[in-house]
Amino acid sequence: MSSRPELQAPPEIFYDDVEARKYTSSSRIVGIQAELSERALELLALPDDGIPRLLLDIGCGSGLSGETISEDGHQWIGLDISRSMLDVALERETEGDLILGDMGQGLGLRPGVIDGAISISAVQWLCNADKSCHEPRLRLKAFFGSLYRCLGRGARAVFQLYPENNAQRELILSFAMRAGFAGGVVIDYPHSSKKRKEYLVLTCGPPSMSTMTPSAKGEDENSCSDEESSGDEENQTVCISDRHRSRKKQKVTKKGKTRSWVLQKKEKMRSKGNVVPPDTKYTARKRKARF
Amino acid sequence: MRLLTHNMLSSNIKGVINGFPLRIEAEKVVIKEVDFNPDFIKNMFSKIDWKALADASKIMGYAELPEEVPDHSVLDSDEFLQKFHHALLQLHLEEGALVCPETGRRFPVNKGIPNMLLHEDEMNLDATCTSSASNP
Ligand SMILES: C[S@@+](CC[C@H](N)C(=O)[O-])C[C@H]1O[C@@H](n2cnc3c(N)ncnc32)[C@H](O)[C@@H]1O
Repeated sequence: MSSRPELQAPPEIFYDDVEARKYTSSSRIVGIQAELSERALELLALPDDGIPRLLLDIGCGSGLSGETISEDGHQWIGLDISRSMLDVALERETEGDLILGDMGQGLGLRPGVIDGAISISAVQWLCNADKSCHEPRLRLKAFFGSLYRCLGRGARAVFQLYPENNAQRELILSFAMRAGFAGGVVIDYPHSSKKRKEYLVLTCGPPSMSTMTPSAKGEDENSCSDEESSGDEENQTVCISDRHRSRKKQKVTKKGKTRSWVLQKKEKMRSKGNVVPPDTKYTARKRKARF
Repeated sequence: MRLLTHNMLSSNIKGVINGFPLRIEAEKVVIKEVDFNPDFIKNMFSKIDWKALADASKIMGYAELPEEVPDHSVLDSDEFLQKFHHALLQLHLEEGALVCPETGRRFPVNKGIPNMLLHEDEMNLDATCTSSASNP
């Protein structure tokens, strides 16, 4: 992972004419991006009624991800900061409309008009401060806030991304939650260093059944063929984190946490393999003021 | 850029309260055929700002849309749907500009791609660069 493009140059410099062409003419990349986009669309879970929707492709690049949207019959608007990437998209006659813009400046779109958004291999770029005036936190805030506003209620946004480390994933997720999104991270093939892919699945609006984070693929494949090469991987035990902004409010009653809530929580921690003290008659009892 | 996109875009400049609709300066308009899909445009109808669409299509040289917001029942008329389809998806602004209605800032459109990148002092990020630069 020493060759992260995010660490080499700002995106509009890194993706210059040469790199844009190289990127789009690599059949390996074309294949990977198509696969990631298909999975993102699946996680977007649009109604299965055959009606084409209007989607956003954030960091659309040369249109590889957008092409998958078109194949599914939907209309899309693509945003990218690299003119070179967009020029390649033009040459390839992609069907979506293209906009030259910086997601970190916020999206200039009317409220509630977009049916869903995907972003493939792009959002981690927001965590870099490429200019002296770049403050990643403010850019994440502007991005997620504006995305939340332009999506219709109940609409989803799915981002496939490559966070540099856990802190970066947490940072991105926390700004999504702060903007009002519910959702979490889906990690497909968490035990395989090659196939492992992360998706942030976000839903606009208050938590409900429809905002539950979908399940990941390949979680049970405990030993994969490429296991030998997993030396540099942390041992992920938690593959899905399902979060809602208002979780605390939901679970904590005025009287404090109930016994059944605590028992449930302990059971959940056990099932994840954590060491949890045994349940006794003292579990979840209120302590005396001077304990 | 199609008018579908124009109808969604608004100016994002710091301090602007109503950045919609962006005024169109049309230097070159092209027409590109798109498969007619009544389901899509019927579904879009309620999200479209009608006046913005009718005005924009007139500027682009297509004056067939009614000025006032049509009643929902027009969606049963195939003739109407065809016109709506043409305005929304087939008219492309190829060269020209989009102009912020409040500040007059021009966003140039080249080869059909509007450049919506903001300058540093136009950005809406409460406490960024500009604040440190403009601090006395
Ligand atoms: C790895 S490419 C992926 C492109 C496309 N989604 C695909 O699947 O092929 C990442 C893209 O994100 C774009 N990008 C990075 N930072 C951006 C920003 N702040 N705003 C808009 N696009 C950005 C880059 O210019 C680049 O085209």
